[in-house]
Amino acid sequence: MKPEYKLISDMIETNSRVLDVGCDDGTLMEFLKQNKNVDIRGIEISKEKVQTCISKGLTVIEGNAEFDLKQFPNKSFDYVVLGQTLQAFVNPELVINELLRVGKKAIVTIPNFGHWKVRLNLMIKGTMPVTKTLPNEWYNTPNIHMCTIKDFFKFSETIDFKIFKSLALINKNVSNINNSNLFTKNLFSELGIFLIEK
Amino acid sequence: MNIKDNIKTIIIEKSLKLDCGKTINNFPLAYETYGSLNKKKDNAILVCHALTGDQFVTGLNPVTKKDGWWSYAVGPSKSIDTNKYFVICANVIGGCMGSFGPSHINPETKNIYGTDFPIITINDIVNAQVNLLDHFGIKKLFSVVGGSMGGMQVLQFVSNFPERAKTAVPIACTSSHSAQNIAFNELGRQAITADHNWSEGKYSSKNKVPEKGLAVARMAAHITYLSKKGLQEKFGRKLQQRDDLKFGFDADFQIESYLRYQGSVFVDRFDANSYLYITRAMDYFDLVKQFNGNLSNAFRNSKTKFFVISFTSDWLYPTQENKDIVIALNAIGANVGFVEIESDKGHDSFLLDVPDFLETLKNFLDKSYLEK
Repeated sequence: MKPEYKLISDMIETNSRVLDVGCDDGTLMEFLKQNKNVDIRGIEISKEKVQTCISKGLTVIEGNAEFDLKQFPNKSFDYVVLGQTLQAFVNPELVINELLRVGKKAIVTIPNFGHWKVRLNLMIKGTMPVTKTLPNEWYNTPNIHMCTIKDFFKFSETIDFKIFKSLALINKNVSNINNSNLFTKNLFSELGIFLIEK
Repeated sequence: MNIKDNIKTIIIEKSLKLDCGKTINNFPLAYETYGSLNKKKDNAILVCHALTGDQFVTGLNPVTKKDGWWSYAVGPSKSIDTNKYFVICANVIGGCMGSFGPSHINPETKNIYGTDFPIITINDIVNAQVNLLDHFGIKKLFSVVGGSMGGMQVLQFVSNFPERAKTAVPIACTSSHSAQNIAFNELGRQAITADHNWSEGKYSSKNKVPEKGLAVARMAAHITYLSKKGLQEKFGRKLQQRDDLKFGFDADFQIESYLRYQGSVFVDRFDANSYLYITRAMDYFDLVKQFNGNLSNAFRNSKTKFFVISFTSDWLYPTQENKDIVIALNAIGANVGFVEIESDKGHDSFLLDVPDFLETLKNFLDKSYLEK
């Protein structure tokens, strides 16, 4: 189980309605069901993974967040979770807006492109960074819109959503991110976890 | 003794008002069951058959002496596990395997109904079937499952009886029969009625069968159940028991021979008038229109958990039409899962050995059965 799952779970109130966008094999869905007794649905692009979710008794639809979120009515979920996939969308702005239309709140996690290893990698090698969390080459990466934690903060101002809570994950340690420590957190965090609202 | 005398049948005394305006009562509904109903009566699955199916879902069909149409999916330890579940399937009204249909005798004229049989709809079919639940004392089905026209019945069933199914699995179907599908059905009907033997539907009183017309209808329909890729891989341009073309109109190609065979065996087991009536019921199916353009309203009163399944190569009931059902359900926050299964076998995929499909169906049912 990914280390951030516990953090996501902590952001979610018990008995709420949750949509997991890009729910993968349903690990987080199962965890939230057990821990928070949530009524949870998933949407996943891979047929194989949808079938895995069904075999776990989870309610999942095969679909793509960029096209298929529009079928859900406004504020039909208390939380919409988007784990580490924002950077893979053609239009992340549209996706964020859709998350916040469908959900009262959204929880978004992003792999931080501002991490010092990424920066060093580019600076020294002069090639697109390949790291443990970002293992693909530039030509075969699904991540076409990489961003940093700082970028996400700026993004919240540009497209106008509120960040309620932002956590940094550094070597499995969790800390809060705020405007005063943003520079260091952006340098050392592998992952940013954000609770947002329109 | 006629083998059909062994068919299990209930007589439905209660009158049923059909969509066409006519009322029927004291009519037979033929059915078959598999597995056993538990004490709590909460393990029943209603399986709805497609256009040319019947109540003999699995095992040996006692009439045709062939395997039941869903033998891959239904049986001990299979997707619909008859060790666990009590499976019920009724022959649709309008059909020709014992249920009230156009081959029955009209008590007023003492002749077979033929085209005097009332036009029936998917709604009528489902309203007739629900009597079987009452017959077995089943308040709520564990599931209602069906592919193609069976899937339409699943949708109509949940819409008509929102409290009577815990789960529903519409497979490779639609909420509104498309122009393309109506067109193919019309082609089949025209083939039948153009056959001289059809005699305005009175063929059996003349001891004739519109064999050619019914066979052509089946051949045309059969093509729509497959995919181009599937056909190409199975048959390509392979020749039928010959080394070269014969420069004539005999079946040179294997695909021709195959279709002719499919047509000929179909004539032995299916009634031409039933084919007219059931295809009409499919064409009239439009749950969207029934709910004034908003499919969501069909399911608004239901807590049923849905699982919609489509197939990549199904061009008769393509994924988008299945997805429309999912979209309508999500729009009202219903509990719905959906997957499109990868298969080259076309619309027929749901009837065939497609492991991903069979496994996913089993997983959905077995997991859902454990839920409160």
